[in-house]
Amino acid sequence: MLYFSDLLQYSDVFFSGLMTTVLLTVLTTFLGIALGTSCAAIRQYGNKASQSVVAVYVEIIRNTPFIVQLFFIFFGLPSLGMKLSPWEASMIALTINLGAYSTEIIRAGLGSISKGQMEAAKVLGLSFCQTLTRVIFTPAFEKIYPALTSQCIIVMLGSAVISQISVEDLTYAANLVQSRNFRAFESYFVTALLYLGLSILLRFAFNTVGKRLFAYRSTQ
Amino acid sequence: MKRFIKLVSKAMIIIAGFSVFNATADVLQDIQGRKLIRIAVPQDFPPFGSIGTDLKPQGIDVDMANYIADEMGVKIEIVPVTSANRIPYLQTKKVDLVISSLGKNPEREKAIDFSTPYAPFFLGVFGSKDVEVTKIEDLAGKIVGVTRGSVEDLELEKHAPKSVNVRRFEDNNTTLTAYLSGQVNLIATGNLVATEIAKRQPQRAPESKFMLKDSPCYIGMAEGEVALQAKVNELINKALASGKLNNISMEWLKAPLPKGFGV
Repeated sequence: MLYFSDLLQYSDVFFSGLMTTVLLTVLTTFLGIALGTSCAAIRQYGNKASQSVVAVYVEIIRNTPFIVQLFFIFFGLPSLGMKLSPWEASMIALTINLGAYSTEIIRAGLGSISKGQMEAAKVLGLSFCQTLTRVIFTPAFEKIYPALTSQCIIVMLGSAVISQISVEDLTYAANLVQSRNFRAFESYFVTALLYLGLSILLRFAFNTVGKRLFAYRSTQ
Repeated sequence: MKRFIKLVSKAMIIIAGFSVFNATADVLQDIQGRKLIRIAVPQDFPPFGSIGTDLKPQGIDVDMANYIADEMGVKIEIVPVTSANRIPYLQTKKVDLVISSLGKNPEREKAIDFSTPYAPFFLGVFGSKDVEVTKIEDLAGKIVGVTRGSVEDLELEKHAPKSVNVRRFEDNNTTLTAYLSGQVNLIATGNLVATEIAKRQPQRAPESKFMLKDSPCYIGMAEGEVALQAKVNELINKALASGKLNNISMEWLKAPLPKGFGV
């Protein structure tokens, strides 16, 4: 027997959890991609020193588990005098995590743009920044857009881990409800559906944005 | 046939005699008669009872057992038990007393008798010394760490004011880490957990602020042993008055007895 009606009295818990997850996902997606874009540009066009700094950052983050990064920021940093709230800690952890992965993805996009584009822009008298924003970024992002979308969804799903440091996200809501009424199947089933819905929405949002960003294609 | 009937009737008389003797027997007199008291203690539940590095049992319950035997002026036989078999040991008269972090509940009260409490065992809110909290209403607006789904979590939810910011963690260790790293300055947990923190990090030893749920430990004895019960209660009260109980608590729990203990 299943008792989904037992979850009804906790609908506000699920709702506020859902909102926390959505808000965190939106914020970290913007911040993470911004961080990734800057790091990718540095890695592609920067000098040797800055390239290696970015390389160290990317390798450290990509080769350690997310939960360890999160625990380090939340439980470890206070010993160095840096006490962050659960919210701040997870924002930072999620952003640097997405930043590192998207750096590699975006760098691949930048690398795929032929040198001729760069040279043509220079000849036309565009500055380096203008070249990046007006010539390079759009086709580069278009190439890696599906991979970037997937990475953002992975980070959104991975954000379930932040419930471990008591951020009241969707997974926290599920765990809390489950610890109160012991309806494990029902709680996690509903939560899985909500995550699925979120993933579909996020993909849809990315597609919509993508259509506008890469609209120049349709005029060709 | 006649001889057989005689034998049976003799046997029955002897058995009847035994049961009459048993019914009137007083365990306290037995103990004083044989100059030996048999006490059941745990051996796998520190700090109440465990095996020390010298392979001897140690802990609150062991200290308490030795104290009782000393005061009665009899030798002691320590009988190690588990939490599952401590009451059967008492019911089958294998031991005279059970001092084994035994809590009171209605089912147990039907089976055995209890003394007054001798050691604290409670769920409460603990925190660093600089946090001023003395009752549950004081938690309003404060951050409290707790292990999700634990009894203390449910108690907190039931009684604490709505404005308290409860941070729930996955397991006891994460809750401890949150307290030790300073992410929370108050935690709701058991007094044994608080002792564990005090042992590991004396400079951040949490102070007991108030109780959420009190379930102290009692000494168990067979039902109807009024004389024994009175004697044990007298010894516990004496130890409470002389500060002996508090010393035991300080030694093993790293904290004084809670206010109003045993009253």
